[in-house]
Amino acid sequence: MADPRRAAILGGNRIPFARANGPYARASNQDMLTAALDGLVARFGLQGTRLGEVAAGAVLKHSRDFNLTREVVLGSRLSPSTPAYDVQQACGTGLETTIHVANKIALGQIENGIAGGVDTASDAPIAVNEDLRRVLLQVNRAKGVPQRLALLRKLRPTQVIPETPRNAEPRTGMSMGEHAAITARQWGITREEQDQLAVLSHRNLAAAWSRGFFDDLATPYLGLQKDQNMRPDATTESLARLKPVFGKDGTATMTAGNSTPLSDGAATVLLSTDAWAREHHLPVLAHVIDAETAAVDYVHGGEGLLMAPAYAVPRLLERNRLSLQDFDFYEMHEAFASTVLATLKAWEDPAFSRDRLGLLKPLGSIDRSRLNVTGSSLAAGHPFAATGGRVVATLAKLLAEKGSGRGLISICAAGGQGVVAILEAA
Amino acid sequence: MKLRVPGLPAATPLRRYSPDQPLVDRPVLTGSAPGARIDLRWIPLAVTSHSPLAGEGLAGSGPWSAIIFDATGIRDVAGLSELHAFTAPAFRNLRPSGRLIVLGTPPEDCTDPPAAAAQRALDGFIRSAGKEARSGSTANLIYVGAGAESGLESTLRFFLSGRSAYVSGQVVRVRPAKTPPTADWTQPLKDRVAVVTGAARGIGAAIAQTLARDGAQVVGVDVPAAGSALAEVANTIGGTAFQVDITAADAPERLADYLEQRHGGADVFVHNAGITRDRSLVNLTAENWSSVLAVNLEAQLRINETLLERNVLHPNARIICISSTSGIAGNRGQTNYAASKAGIIGMVQAMAPAMARRDMTINAVAPGFIETAMTRAMPFATREIGRRINSLNQGGLPVDVAETVAWLGQLGTAGVNGQVIRVCGQSILGA
Repeated sequence: MADPRRAAILGGNRIPFARANGPYARASNQDMLTAALDGLVARFGLQGTRLGEVAAGAVLKHSRDFNLTREVVLGSRLSPSTPAYDVQQACGTGLETTIHVANKIALGQIENGIAGGVDTASDAPIAVNEDLRRVLLQVNRAKGVPQRLALLRKLRPTQVIPETPRNAEPRTGMSMGEHAAITARQWGITREEQDQLAVLSHRNLAAAWSRGFFDDLATPYLGLQKDQNMRPDATTESLARLKPVFGKDGTATMTAGNSTPLSDGAATVLLSTDAWAREHHLPVLAHVIDAETAAVDYVHGGEGLLMAPAYAVPRLLERNRLSLQDFDFYEMHEAFASTVLATLKAWEDPAFSRDRLGLLKPLGSIDRSRLNVTGSSLAAGHPFAATGGRVVATLAKLLAEKGSGRGLISICAAGGQGVVAILEAA
Repeated sequence: MKLRVPGLPAATPLRRYSPDQPLVDRPVLTGSAPGARIDLRWIPLAVTSHSPLAGEGLAGSGPWSAIIFDATGIRDVAGLSELHAFTAPAFRNLRPSGRLIVLGTPPEDCTDPPAAAAQRALDGFIRSAGKEARSGSTANLIYVGAGAESGLESTLRFFLSGRSAYVSGQVVRVRPAKTPPTADWTQPLKDRVAVVTGAARGIGAAIAQTLARDGAQVVGVDVPAAGSALAEVANTIGGTAFQVDITAADAPERLADYLEQRHGGADVFVHNAGITRDRSLVNLTAENWSSVLAVNLEAQLRINETLLERNVLHPNARIICISSTSGIAGNRGQTNYAASKAGIIGMVQAMAPAMARRDMTINAVAPGFIETAMTRAMPFATREIGRRINSLNQGGLPVDVAETVAWLGQLGTAGVNGQVIRVCGQSILGA
């Protein structure tokens, strides 16, 4: 096997993220991912090109979309001989696909590839009621008409009620927000801190849009030109007026303003070897240096559902002999403002570092002016599987603008997982 | 496009270009006055006449694809009768969408007053012939400077072919210039990197498509808000999409960076992006004024400056700026727009000498009434008048503007510089 190479990030394309049941209400995952992919093809002149692979996925997926990404490739301007596959790791999907493609490039298995993800909360799959499904399957297996008729007599009106997907953990029955509220309370995250982080996210994102930062990262779709959820004029005062929605007692701090909304959107990232980029006169923005995925036992282990990145990052840092302060940019996915704040607090906390991470001293604090400098999910919205692609392309461009340095990505995901990665300027 | 309106004469559908059609499909009648300088023997199906036609039995012949008369040798008024004797009997036998092309010597190059007068006379002749031409035929005059005789082929091909369908009554000057050879006339822009601003829709999209058809590698540029349509255009033609607001302070630098990194520079730059904010002068706000001037004129000036300063343009580069007949003749409600479009002509003329020194050219194309979403939105009467007040009795298509741009972008068009080519069907508006 050849020596591992570093995968280069050449750029990305996403469609502006929309709020659920907004401008993309009638768009399917396939529609949105195709739009994002075709925008990438147009940006990089990839029409008819056979790429190494396209890896993408969606969290909320119809059963008919079993081969979603391959179908998207077939409907795109890429060569139909470009292979594709789906990945699903909840909100970590977009970053996980980037890691897959980058690793294959590093191993010399492919020269180039596209990673990405898409999600729609508007066009969500609605499943047949479980009782009804069971009866229908029995009918399907039954031999002869009398047996079938007997089974059909089992049908009850209540079985017409469909099952809609819920943003809840199957093992706890609690929503992600309820889980996050527990963590927020444990770490003593205040309402004010959360609202401040949210305001900053909106301001940073708005400033990035207005300085043209997204000119080569996003392509409008269905008339939406910027992220719909963005509120450039959000203030801590305006956010303070919102009522808490997660958490049960009077200490509840999490509101619609400091939690991500249900969103629709898609994002893609183009990766390749340095040689392929050079050959095609495509400037390299950044390299994928390393990545780590952690999972925590939020069911019995007493850890917060969204705290896995707090574990993944120290492992990644140790392997790369880096400290938490060795980064110019921190891209921490804002599932909830409290998630980011709890993770930062955990890294500063001696007891957590000692007892949970097994570290002699805490990772310490970060320079907050380097955190999510062009906004994050609180402002942009969070179409689950699309977030990773947004973050990777954004950080790669930030590093290219700076011309040097290193960035850390941290994305928490359902199921108690967390995907983190390091990028370095080219 | 609806060509038929009750009570109004129907317009002839114009012959338009496609790469698989021959340059001409019927004989071309060529003739010349004594002292002619141009070799026309390469033209396919050429029939050479020695006037008077009647003596040769050609008067009733035809129909001709084109009539070409080389008047470059005419030195006095008497010599002009050759022009009359040759063209008068043949003109009626032009096929539909036929061509009358007269070649002359630039009057400003004639030191002798009678010669200058005779050559300038060609101008009035061709403009009137254009107005008399029927069935989609056109009449155009090419002034050929001494020493430019061999650099004429791309221009003659343009005027002979369907590429010039909506160009009539125009006077073009071809000057001596280093003219690289064209290997394949069906791919005259092969391997050239062409940038088109405002490429997402309308005339810009047609320009991008036409340049790509002629072999160019096209970079489509448009504002981020038009990115969706821009990506579609780029994907259709195998080009690339570059989203930028050309009025942004850093837009020229970003464009230059992009072109250097991705293509090592550019060969053809088409300034097509433009906006209208129509209001009568008394109702025109400062914002309406400055936004139109910023997009239509200032951005072009700034981009050109950066492209030249940073040597982004390759040798034999071509800059083509889309002006408008409004910028020549003026238009009610368009003081801002007409100012910007006239300003483009000033810029083109001022830059031309410096461009020539670099073996580059800069020209303006001024469309008249072109059938676009913008003109479709006009009130019926205004639209219909706009369509009809030209010699071809119809509106042009975006592709007509695009073909003219593509011709000016060719390597072979090195001798055309600092000029304004109208694509207006010889509109009665403006000179």
